[in-house]
Amino acid sequence: MAATTTPLGAPRQVPATPTRARGVDEATPVWRRSRFSGVGRVVRWVVLLAVTALFLYPLLWLVAASLKTRGQVFDNSLIPSPVRWDNWVTVWQELPLLSWLTNSVSIAVLAAVAVAVSSSLVAFGFAWFRFPGRSLLFGLVLGTMMLPGAVTMIPTYLIWKETGLLGTWVPLWGANLFGSAFYIFLQRQFFLGLPREIFEAALIDGAGYWKQFWRIAMPLAVPSFVIVLLFEFQASWNNLQSALIYLNAGSVEQFTAPLGIAYAMTRYSPTAGGQGDYQYVMVASLLVTLPMLALFAFGQRYFVDGIATTGRKG
Amino acid sequence: MTHVAPAVAGGPATTTGTAAPPRRRRRLDREAIAGYLFISPWVVGFLVFTAGAMLWSLYISFTRYNLATGATTPVGLDNYRELLDDPRVATALGNTLFYAVLAVPLEIAFALFLAVLLDRVGKGAGFFRTVFYLPKMTPAVATAAIFFLLLNGSNGAINRFLRSLGLPAPQWLVDPDWIKPSIVLMSLWAVSGTMVIFLAALKSVPRELYEVATLDGAGPWRLFRHITVPMISGAIFFNTIVLTIAAFQIFDSAYLLFWRDQGSSAPDASLFYAIYLFQQAFRQFNFGFAAAMAWLLFVIVMLVTVVQVRFGNRFVYYEADR
Repeated sequence: MAATTTPLGAPRQVPATPTRARGVDEATPVWRRSRFSGVGRVVRWVVLLAVTALFLYPLLWLVAASLKTRGQVFDNSLIPSPVRWDNWVTVWQELPLLSWLTNSVSIAVLAAVAVAVSSSLVAFGFAWFRFPGRSLLFGLVLGTMMLPGAVTMIPTYLIWKETGLLGTWVPLWGANLFGSAFYIFLQRQFFLGLPREIFEAALIDGAGYWKQFWRIAMPLAVPSFVIVLLFEFQASWNNLQSALIYLNAGSVEQFTAPLGIAYAMTRYSPTAGGQGDYQYVMVASLLVTLPMLALFAFGQRYFVDGIATTGRKG
Repeated sequence: MTHVAPAVAGGPATTTGTAAPPRRRRRLDREAIAGYLFISPWVVGFLVFTAGAMLWSLYISFTRYNLATGATTPVGLDNYRELLDDPRVATALGNTLFYAVLAVPLEIAFALFLAVLLDRVGKGAGFFRTVFYLPKMTPAVATAAIFFLLLNGSNGAINRFLRSLGLPAPQWLVDPDWIKPSIVLMSLWAVSGTMVIFLAALKSVPRELYEVATLDGAGPWRLFRHITVPMISGAIFFNTIVLTIAAFQIFDSAYLLFWRDQGSSAPDASLFYAIYLFQQAFRQFNFGFAAAMAWLLFVIVMLVTVVQVRFGNRFVYYEADR
């Protein structure tokens, strides 16, 4: 069966490294076409559409639920009837959502820029310089990835307490100024892929190390720099635990978005004296999710490439 | 992570082979100093926030912290003794282990299934990949809030669906037996990060292998079992380790659904290790006890990882070894 579709007289070129075209949109390979046709193909598409529904439904339902009445919020329908735009107004008035989103954006930007710049510096150091202990130190960098955050959680809190920075935003991003193992690893991979000749040429032209980093390496490393920015922005945006440790004691206006959702869950739950207005929780959840979806719309390529790189090199 | 230190070509300054020895040496020194300067942010961060913090944490685990005065009193092994005597620690550890054993294999299987499914799609794969990835972009707290309603026992959309098929509809977030499966369900919904790693690995499998095996009469299952799985075993191994470490630290969804209010009680089945540790540290301010808990977690995670690496090296196929 396969022999008829794979002409033996025309062997395909085997590349030295078995990397294939990056796009997933390439034509179906010959062996697949021959194997999975007819019924198999139909089954595959049915499964694909079922899985798509599985992933999309909760998000579409979230949008619908945010517009439903209190009595209908548990309903499984995707089209609210009546449509309660009032929910949005009410939530906007009752919860300091704008403050939460502004706080989260500010902290996430600080965290992302700090970790991207510092990790780039460190990665460049590990990628392009020979110095005693480099392998050992880089092993330590990778080793820190295995360390559960719980081990350093309490001393980190005490460090910020001793420096008098409790109550500020600094504990939520300050440690990012010192680089982060995962991003150092990611950026180093990228730097190692740059051709050596450009640095040699720059050296002959009298460019110092800093110039090599800032003027040559960094402009070329923009893609991986953006990956780091996006990953850390998302990580910071989702960070509930740090916000609980450092911001929970403050006023509600100082909360970040995830902390705000936890607050909204309690405020609108029936057990805590509320009336069970979960449609309001859904409005808040949607508002916290939308910026991430926007980020993905802008940087999908980077997210997917970044994650794929991690796995390939692991 | 086993290939930690690949032989990296020298820095840009060391490549001029014709330079005279003395000059070359001086340049090497300059290069080393520059290298140390570039990595110095990490070195400082490591000394303070990793190595220093670990030592401090170890010290704290042998002390008792007084919240009012900020003073610490050495108490020897008391915290560790209390740890072993506290039934809540055993409960939390049991719940976490149960969750990890349930979640990790299911996440691996589901992510691999999705990746294979996507890999087979020709046109439109980009669209489906985007859709599959959206849950990963949804903040964990929002996911938990959404599923809190979807999993509602009497009115939730999931149970309505199950009932319409005539299937049993469990009290997901109320019945102690169903709490952990509910949280596994949420993690499965957001499994697309793992899927993307598998997808990249699948793309790097030489398709000639499939063609040869197909000519030899191998069916789809045998192709998957004897070519795909061995060829991407590195990615399976990597994902298993990463997901296991993450599973041991599960926190967000359980906190939001069960433990956000200090006063109210939550079912024991939802008490995960990171939750109890957090409560001890930042609700009770039992820093000593919490630090001891953290070190126990560290030792357990290390042991599990070592076992996985040992076991993994027996079947993982490394391309470089060919």
